[in-house]
Amino acid sequence: MNDVILQMSGIEMNFPGVRALRNVDFTLRKGEVHSVMGENGAGKSTLIKCLTGVYQMDGGTILFDGAPIRPQSVSEAMKIGISSVYQEVNLCPNLTVAENIFIGRQPMKAGVFVDWAKMNRLSQKTLERFNLNINVARNLDTYSVAVQQMVAIARAVDISAKVLIFDEPTSSLDKDEVERLFDVMRKLKAEGMAIIFITHFLDQVYQISDRITVLRNGELVGEYTAKDLPRIELVTKMVGKDFDRITNLKKVVPKEGRGVVIEANNISVDASISNVDLTLREGEILGFAGLLGSGRSETAKALFGIDKISGGVVSIKGSAVNLRGPAAAIKKRIALCPEDRKQDGVVTDLTVRENIVLALQGRMGMFQYISRKKQSELADKYIKLLGIATPDAEKKIGELSGGNQQKVILARWLATEPDALILDEPTRGIDVGAKAEIMRLTLELCEKGMAVAFISSELEEVVKLSNNIVVMRDRKKVAEFKEEEIDHDSILQTIAGGEKE
Amino acid sequence: MKILKKIVSSSMFSPLLALFLILLFNLVIQPNFLSVEIRDGRLVGNLIAILNRSVPVMLLAIGMTLVIATGGTDLSVGSVLAVASAVSISLIRGGDVNPTADTAMPLIWVVLITMLVGIALGLWNGFLVAKIGMPPVVATLILMVAGRGLTQNITRERSLTTGHLPFGEIANGFTWGIPNQCWIALAVFLLFWYFSRRTAFGLFVESVGANRSAANHAGIRAAVIIVVVYALSGLCASIAGILSASNVRVIEPMNTGQNMELDAIVAVVLGGTSMRGGKFNLGGSCIGAIILMALTQTMYFYGVPVEFALSIKAVVIVIVVIVQSPVTHKFIRREASAQ
Repeated sequence: MNDVILQMSGIEMNFPGVRALRNVDFTLRKGEVHSVMGENGAGKSTLIKCLTGVYQMDGGTILFDGAPIRPQSVSEAMKIGISSVYQEVNLCPNLTVAENIFIGRQPMKAGVFVDWAKMNRLSQKTLERFNLNINVARNLDTYSVAVQQMVAIARAVDISAKVLIFDEPTSSLDKDEVERLFDVMRKLKAEGMAIIFITHFLDQVYQISDRITVLRNGELVGEYTAKDLPRIELVTKMVGKDFDRITNLKKVVPKEGRGVVIEANNISVDASISNVDLTLREGEILGFAGLLGSGRSETAKALFGIDKISGGVVSIKGSAVNLRGPAAAIKKRIALCPEDRKQDGVVTDLTVRENIVLALQGRMGMFQYISRKKQSELADKYIKLLGIATPDAEKKIGELSGGNQQKVILARWLATEPDALILDEPTRGIDVGAKAEIMRLTLELCEKGMAVAFISSELEEVVKLSNNIVVMRDRKKVAEFKEEEIDHDSILQTIAGGEKE
Repeated sequence: MKILKKIVSSSMFSPLLALFLILLFNLVIQPNFLSVEIRDGRLVGNLIAILNRSVPVMLLAIGMTLVIATGGTDLSVGSVLAVASAVSISLIRGGDVNPTADTAMPLIWVVLITMLVGIALGLWNGFLVAKIGMPPVVATLILMVAGRGLTQNITRERSLTTGHLPFGEIANGFTWGIPNQCWIALAVFLLFWYFSRRTAFGLFVESVGANRSAANHAGIRAAVIIVVVYALSGLCASIAGILSASNVRVIEPMNTGQNMELDAIVAVVLGGTSMRGGKFNLGGSCIGAIILMALTQTMYFYGVPVEFALSIKAVVIVIVVIVQSPVTHKFIRREASAQ
């Protein structure tokens, strides 16, 4: 047990309305690369933020080298010996490489003057350890992201970090750069550094990790040795198997002769999805399966006019359209519940009523004002219909729980009476009961003839609801499962791709 | 109790309370401070003077409120005010040919053209912010500087005066015993209030300011809204410019409107609109402008030396803002629940 450097146990973290972490344990040993895996909202980043002092956890203990710690800030965590390297490097691009490595602890001459020569010399030496021979007197932003990352690592190592966290470090690196980064990680590992690695690239997880901890829904699924956990099992553990709570939901039986609402023909978006085909019919649910970053949300954004389509054709009800933005899509009676509810959905300062009428009012324009009375009626109608738990429509949406906020956003779109409703992760970050309710609502809407596209990180939900399922991987559509072909395990296989067990 | 709670939690409560306290302070020390009398069919007194003198800042603050609600700020209003003053006076003078003629153009045209200039300058700000994506402070700083230059160009670097009587009456005249300026401010306020609260404009402004991305996702063209608010701010500044020119009958290119953008921003903040954008309060901003003028007037009244006046004003503003800040409210709530 001596090689355990970090022991987090019983970690609890609550945000208004959501329990982000429930009794999570995490153990990190010296000289290992330990991947933390999980889908959107699983709690990975919350766990890391508790560790690095960004959040103050509500419960649980952290033992670092046997001593309890409770970092209150990132700098405090760094002093203890916990540093992170992010995808976006958190250094100062306008300072020199050497300054970045020594910022806040510059070597001094006569107590008041910075000893530039010494600082540059030491920096050069530090970087040589990582086979990096660059001019340390030049500004950091003159170098590539990969080099900047190396500098960040060098800085972390130089301030004698014992735990290094790599949070999605490879997202913006090319293949060779990733290889170089892995070399450095292996080298650090050999020197006894404990490394936490977070990524959504499965290949890379298996390339470098010794151990894998899987989180789902804020709970610990388990800790595994990488070589003993086949890829398919890892994916299963990530996407979950919460059968029981949704077993009583029944799929909509598609009616004969139903019309096509949205048809996408070979659509591509620059630097995003390529060559995606799909057909969304009224009265059916089209599910999207695939891991984070596989192109699910990107496809939704393209259909809603947020991302500009660079190739292919989207037709709505038979006529080709060129959507120039969400406003145009809404006019065509398409609605999108965005993936990132906080950033793209709720307007925190506004009331439940205002949030509900927003998209409808947006479509009607500035001068066709929906009267206060009509607004209240609409709001009350949807509060009742969706069972939104709020004392009244005048409460600020920010004061509701995550699940209720999501229902308000859903209400916003239902108020526009759309023909097609795209739900991007509607069940993310909300509690289990609310999830089942959102899914039940989705089925009801579809039953009434609405065309629904359903995107979720939880494969179980997608399988449970969808009439057809599009499987995405690497920003391409790799398969489509229709009606009776839908089978949990073969979809899993397809998502995981590559190696088969 | 419930009514009391509703009053206290109303967005107008703290600005009105602040104004009330300042006036109360005066009333206690100098009981006749607040007396208003009728002289020659006109209301006269400190209260009226405060109200009247607060009008230019109040107009700027009305436009500024919408800009701030979108999460921006408009530093150019003082300069736009100067440009508008210069434009209106030179139009009235009919150029430099005969400075005493003062009959160049019908008054209504002078007013309309000046307002159009204000809107055009505002559109420029809006274009830089919404289409080019410049930070509002930088974008409007450009016009803040350039506006001074433009003013100098219009006046050929001199102060211009006018003796045109009807033009002077715009600001200095009285209607039904109350200064015309006050009526104009009231009209502008009502128009803006109606436009923002009886159309969906206010909701759009607030949603863009509170969460631009979400507003966009909901089909609101945030860029258009942003351009419009800057244009409206320019319009308000031009009206304030006409009143200022009419009031003192002179434009001094480097002094007219100087630092007034700061007063306008302070008025908006005093009125309870957050600099972070989102919910706004037009009425609060007007009260904020009156608070500022009441402070200034109070210090004149007691002969506070000029060198202290600004510092005292600053201290009072800091106190009011601290009292209103959400941090304070949170702190009070936490202390209350801890006991």
